[in-house]
Amino acid sequence: MNELLLVVTIAGTRVALPASAVESVVELDTLIPVPRAASHVAGLSALRSRVLTVIDCMRSLELGETDCSDGIREAAVVELDGHHYALIVDFVEDVVEALSEPAPVRATMGAGWDRASHGMIETEGGPLLLIDVGALIAGAEAKAAA
Amino acid sequence: MDDLIADFVAECREMLEALGGEIVAWEAQPDDRARLDSIFRFVHTVKGNCGFFEFPRLEALSHAAEDALADVRAGRRHADAPLVSAVLGIIDRIGEMVAAIDAGEEMPPGDDSALIHALEPGAEGAAPAATPAAEGPGRTASAPRTIRLSVELLDRVMSTVSDMVLARNELARRLRESQSDVPVDGAFERLSSIIAEMRDAITRTRMQRIENLFVGLPRMVRDLSAELGKQVLIDIEGGDVELDREMIEMIRDPLTHIIRNAVDHGIEKPAERLHAKKREIGILAVAARQSGNQILIDIHDDGRGIDGKKLVEKAIAAGIVDKAAAAQLSPREQLALIFEAGLSTAKEVTSISGRGVGMDVVRSNIERIGGIVEVDSKLGEGTRMTLRVPLTLTIIPALTLSVGDHHFAIPRSAIVEIVRANGESVKLEHLGNAGVATIRGRRVPEVSLARLLGLESGIDPKDRTLVVIRPAGGDVYALSVDRIHDHEELVVKPAAPAVMATGLYAGTTLADDGSPILLFDPAGLAEVGGIKLEIQERAARIAEGPAAAVAKATAVLLFRGIDGGRRAIRLAVVDRIEELPVAAVTEAAGQLRVQVGDAILPLAGVTKGDLTADKVRLFRLNDGQHEIGYAFREVIDFAAIDNDVIHAESPAEISGVSLINGEPAELIDAHWLFAHHVGPAARLNADLVCRLPSDDLWMQNMLRPLIEAAGYRVVDESHEGAADLVIAAQGAQLPEDAAAKTIWLRADPEASGKKDPSIYRYDRAGLLVALKSAGGGAGK
Repeated sequence: MNELLLVVTIAGTRVALPASAVESVVELDTLIPVPRAASHVAGLSALRSRVLTVIDCMRSLELGETDCSDGIREAAVVELDGHHYALIVDFVEDVVEALSEPAPVRATMGAGWDRASHGMIETEGGPLLLIDVGALIAGAEAKAAA
Repeated sequence: MDDLIADFVAECREMLEALGGEIVAWEAQPDDRARLDSIFRFVHTVKGNCGFFEFPRLEALSHAAEDALADVRAGRRHADAPLVSAVLGIIDRIGEMVAAIDAGEEMPPGDDSALIHALEPGAEGAAPAATPAAEGPGRTASAPRTIRLSVELLDRVMSTVSDMVLARNELARRLRESQSDVPVDGAFERLSSIIAEMRDAITRTRMQRIENLFVGLPRMVRDLSAELGKQVLIDIEGGDVELDREMIEMIRDPLTHIIRNAVDHGIEKPAERLHAKKREIGILAVAARQSGNQILIDIHDDGRGIDGKKLVEKAIAAGIVDKAAAAQLSPREQLALIFEAGLSTAKEVTSISGRGVGMDVVRSNIERIGGIVEVDSKLGEGTRMTLRVPLTLTIIPALTLSVGDHHFAIPRSAIVEIVRANGESVKLEHLGNAGVATIRGRRVPEVSLARLLGLESGIDPKDRTLVVIRPAGGDVYALSVDRIHDHEELVVKPAAPAVMATGLYAGTTLADDGSPILLFDPAGLAEVGGIKLEIQERAARIAEGPAAAVAKATAVLLFRGIDGGRRAIRLAVVDRIEELPVAAVTEAAGQLRVQVGDAILPLAGVTKGDLTADKVRLFRLNDGQHEIGYAFREVIDFAAIDNDVIHAESPAEISGVSLINGEPAELIDAHWLFAHHVGPAARLNADLVCRLPSDDLWMQNMLRPLIEAAGYRVVDESHEGAADLVIAAQGAQLPEDAAAKTIWLRADPEASGKKDPSIYRYDRAGLLVALKSAGGGAGK
């Protein structure tokens, strides 16, 4: 049984999240900003009476800012160290099976992608970048501070 | 097999814990058969299990102890100190080994033969006369029906129940929004009450008897006192008080530290104690009790006490206070210096305590969980430390507030008061970029929440509300916010690391409307907001401490009365200033009264006909029990009385006249006001040098002018010489002072009996008579 991957689009690019890490896919409506938090923390939202920390993936990858003004956004909910996060994505596509182990990408992808990915992974639909959820949540500033 | 070992380890642990106290008690009373039996049972159980599991060293140890104890049980041997120590040694070694087994490690190295040898009768010197152990009172404690649960599981249940409460709140909101029918509402109500009941029950499962914390103390004190060559008897009370499990863990270290200090520095060596005419054996009393939603833990020793003067010297030497500030410290503030970092009064550093780290850590640990530590000590008589901690960590009473559209919550425990930025007694000024609020004469740094968070504020800075906050271990500051909303009990959860990294928040929660809300960390706000900790503010940290040492100049509020007269009133009796429509003033029950919110207060300073404007402004005066209103036209300034006061001939609203800011002003006699408006006339007494408790604000602010007018010089407890008269609240503790007459004041107009010598505190005539007679007596 190969690992399952959730294919999502972030900043127009198709990437894969490990499906085992994703609890659910939700549509966020309310977003409560967190003043003074790192810029990739878009805010807080509530899901079934749990507080979600919403991560703006584009900001975390240093690719600009997701436009949240139109209200409803799709997001993948993941749990890390007991906290629940919602990762804002453009849209969620499908679940596919991984056909290989992640392999390094031998080309320059940009600082954000380099930092937040485990490498390239083969699927039936061609190679996809496997996202490191932890690095995505930590964001660019945590890396700079370390 | 692993399961069996885990069970064995758990069983041993439980027995070891329970045994700690038993062994010490057994030592004190070696012929207590019941205690002996329970210790015997433990080594016996260990021995039995070890054979099964193949732990040869454990088996040898427990076997040897079992043999020795069996001899005592059979009356062949007497339980004396060497034997008890040897058994203790073995039980400790067993504990170490059990811990190693639990952690899956190798057995701790070491040879057990010395321990086993110590058990032999030869090791105890002369053969003691064997006294058969007396049959105990047959304490066959039936084990309570319990099961063992992992703490993680309990935590999970607790968190699920919290979620359930939040889900119910959300459902309630949805139901309110949609037009639901009665049966649905009924079913929901039932669900609600079941959930509430369940939350109660599950909260209780997290509660533990504080006994768990206390059970190890006798053993600790025994070992410590043996090491230090002291004799200490520990007296524990209130073990059945229940406390959140997490909270128990949080106070374990601070409590241990305080007890170590008490045994090490507090209680003297037996010879020293005899010399000081005390019993050889020092007493250490530990008591827990519940008071509202707080738990109080008192640790009291009858040792040498803390020398406040030495502390001050040390603090000056360590540069913690400067000389001038040190001279101003009250005895209570002097004692509180022990909580400053880098102070230790012990002459030598011992292995037990006294490295100069400690009490400051104790305080910060206790404050972190929303508690406080107080210290009280009498030189030569002992020290009392009191820990006050909240019952639980998970549900926090909070106040919700907002800036622009953003809502936040702040723990209510940190809030001192809430005032309007443009209120009468409040002035908000800006120095550079910093804000400084002057609240009733006190300067408090201001933090603008909008600016701190980089948010747009919806309203003008002048119209904001100031929340005066005293964070744990920090100094007072004022947080300016747009609006204050509601009090809520919030189930707080830790926020994600990225959110916590801001340093501003203590956690997140869901408000009643289902939206997430951030809970501020008051200390974090101050830190990020750039509030500098001011060491002189130390006085502000002492719980219920007296306001700064009685200043030479008395702070007063200078104002113009309704009739235009220039008057002054002591600042401390003014609670706040209100502006009300004239319609709120009515004449009822023989005097003018004013309605303020839900309360009706007697109104002074005015007659009905004088009120011509639409609004009336008044001071709310408070003596701690009653409030009255005092109408005025305008506030002129804050001032201080530094000139002589010319006292009035006869008692009236005005007690005297003094030059304030170069012009005469009449001084309002707050005592007369209360005596006149609140109840029957007061009765009290006083003398030539009169001692008043410095921490009784009522006496300092109300009574003092009256006593001074009667020709007395007023001093406080720190006064060295004898006083002619002492005035004290009924029931207060007084030091022996044979030379002085004592006047007891009671708050109740009725005496409690014919023999009750006390005087009602507003019985002015009685007070004056007593003052006069005490003065006459002293004159002879």
